[in-house]
Amino acid sequence: MRFAFDAEQLEFRDAARNLLEKECPASAVRAAWSNDTGRVWGLWDRLVEMGLFELDEVDSILVLEETGRACVPEPVVEAWALQRSDATLALDHTPFALYADTAGVVLVQRDEDLVGASMGERRVSVDGTRRLFEVHDDGDVVTDLELGVVADRAALAAAAQLVGLAQQMLDMSVAYVAQREQFGKPVGSFQAVKHHLADAALRLEFARPCVHRAAWVLANDPDDAQDAVSLAKAQASEAALLVARKALQVHGAIGYTVEYDLHMWIKRSWALAAAWGDAGWHRNRVKNALLKGRTTDA
Amino acid sequence: MDLRFTESEEAFRAEARAWLDANVPHELPSGDTRDGFALHLDWERKLFDDRWAVVSWPKEYGRREASLIEWLIFEEEYYRAGGPQRVTQNGIFLLAPTVFEFGTKEQQDRILPRMAGAEDLWCQGWSEPNAGSDLAGIKSTARRDEGGWRLTGQKTWTTRGAFCTHLFGLFRTDPEAQRHRGMSYFLVPLDAEGVTVRGFGRLDGDEGFAEVFFEDVFVPDGDVLGEVNKGWNVAMATTGSERGLTLRSPGRFMATAARLVELWKSQPEPSIDDDVVACWMDAEAYRWQTYATVARLMDGAKAGAEASLTKLFWSELDVRLHETALRLLGPDAELEGPWMKGFEFALAGPIYAGTNEIQRNVVAERVLGLPR
Repeated sequence: MRFAFDAEQLEFRDAARNLLEKECPASAVRAAWSNDTGRVWGLWDRLVEMGLFELDEVDSILVLEETGRACVPEPVVEAWALQRSDATLALDHTPFALYADTAGVVLVQRDEDLVGASMGERRVSVDGTRRLFEVHDDGDVVTDLELGVVADRAALAAAAQLVGLAQQMLDMSVAYVAQREQFGKPVGSFQAVKHHLADAALRLEFARPCVHRAAWVLANDPDDAQDAVSLAKAQASEAALLVARKALQVHGAIGYTVEYDLHMWIKRSWALAAAWGDAGWHRNRVKNALLKGRTTDA
Repeated sequence: MDLRFTESEEAFRAEARAWLDANVPHELPSGDTRDGFALHLDWERKLFDDRWAVVSWPKEYGRREASLIEWLIFEEEYYRAGGPQRVTQNGIFLLAPTVFEFGTKEQQDRILPRMAGAEDLWCQGWSEPNAGSDLAGIKSTARRDEGGWRLTGQKTWTTRGAFCTHLFGLFRTDPEAQRHRGMSYFLVPLDAEGVTVRGFGRLDGDEGFAEVFFEDVFVPDGDVLGEVNKGWNVAMATTGSERGLTLRSPGRFMATAARLVELWKSQPEPSIDDDVVACWMDAEAYRWQTYATVARLMDGAKAGAEASLTKLFWSELDVRLHETALRLLGPDAELEGPWMKGFEFALAGPIYAGTNEIQRNVVAERVLGLPR
């Protein structure tokens, strides 16, 4: 038993972080809020070139976290779930297809299959980069990927992004409260503020290993990964929602404005916590497994 | 990354499981009463005789030299089999790591085997009536004397102090020094002249607490652990153990969560479903966070301030596990039973080993780097 990444995986993460700092700074995310595509021009090709959609779950999970940390406005979850860079996806529990207007192919769940879909009405997300569309399951079966595995991969990718989003919101908050002064000292020196951020760090610390572990289970035993994925998505969703709430609170009024960057991370967290099965959906799946007597012994 | 246990780890698990299933005593009374404590010592000595008392200790002390992973496996199996709280824990999990790190060879040889064999029973003498969260505010002193020191003062909240034979504690050796400086770490037999121990009831009524009075108690130089006046640093090495890994391995909470799930299945209550499942999932999360931490430790990292995150998580999870069980029990919750007993015990978790308020300060200042 060894629960750690190897040097190559960590280097790949660092390379992704460097790339995203350059190609997807907060200003690029902000621009995607008001441009025609909701995306960052040229970024998708760079992510494809990195091989993100070809690597296995353990090799790519840290990079997925980085795409959350940078609040990347691209169909990363969908393409990674489908292992194809030209596609987006909608499922029964996540019914609107992200970027259906710019993705090459739209796949949608019809009963236990994935079929081609045509695009319907635009739906407006709280996250201004997320261009969501209703879809119609009027196409043919176009993939032999198993629906359950695709759904689990999507949930895991979203969980990884939520961990990255939470880390960035926590880092932003720590930096802010260390420099913002009231009563003649940094607000981060007040215990009430410290305890908010300690709570945020706590939830995140115990969500991240669940995500990494689920990546390993999906890579090694994809047909029996439901419990591990549900643990990861439930913990990551709860963590990101809590960190978002704490981040907003410790920023005070500056966080409660669209002129400051934090809101983009908060809204992405709300969106991804709700998509691909929210925490309650995944706890319910674990509940049913527990009632059947299953547990997730390694 | 490989989350499969190796063949030898699986073999270790199988051996531990077989032995524990055959030997774990059921229906032992609380180890925090005088009579119960004696029965627990029989169990501790049985563990020792078959080399299961301190599985991770070096071979030269006759043990298994188990890896950290194997130690976690042993703990999982121990609590899965229904093994009782270890009455030796403050010695083997708190003092022993400090003796291994700071003790002389002579001290190690003299102290560790008798500790492992439950011949010497160790309690912790840190808190004082006016120094709890503010441990650096202790007042008990040690005055230089021929060949040793004379201890005077009072310690309190000493767990199982009324039944133990020895105490490890902090005393001020330099009266001029302030706060964290000028303390030393002493090892004291409780039958020494001038020591008075008074046991008293904890929240659950058991005589699990004691206060210990010292009046000019002589301790020879050989029973100072680590350097004189460096006791704070020596003690902090122990708090890392107490808050984190060694005292509270995931096995205990996984076993409690499994019992909670069984209780819930036997008396389902739909309004509590989600809380039961959330508790169970948090126990799993604690397990995986621990395996990740162990991998870092095996790569040479030191357990640092992150132990405060661990302490917050397990102590608050333990309370929730028991609260949820009591809600499932409904009107039976108030009746004496293992869940109420466990609940009362769990409520101590957010208080001892540094209150959770102190832990949140540590996380904010030393993990996140916020200004003091």
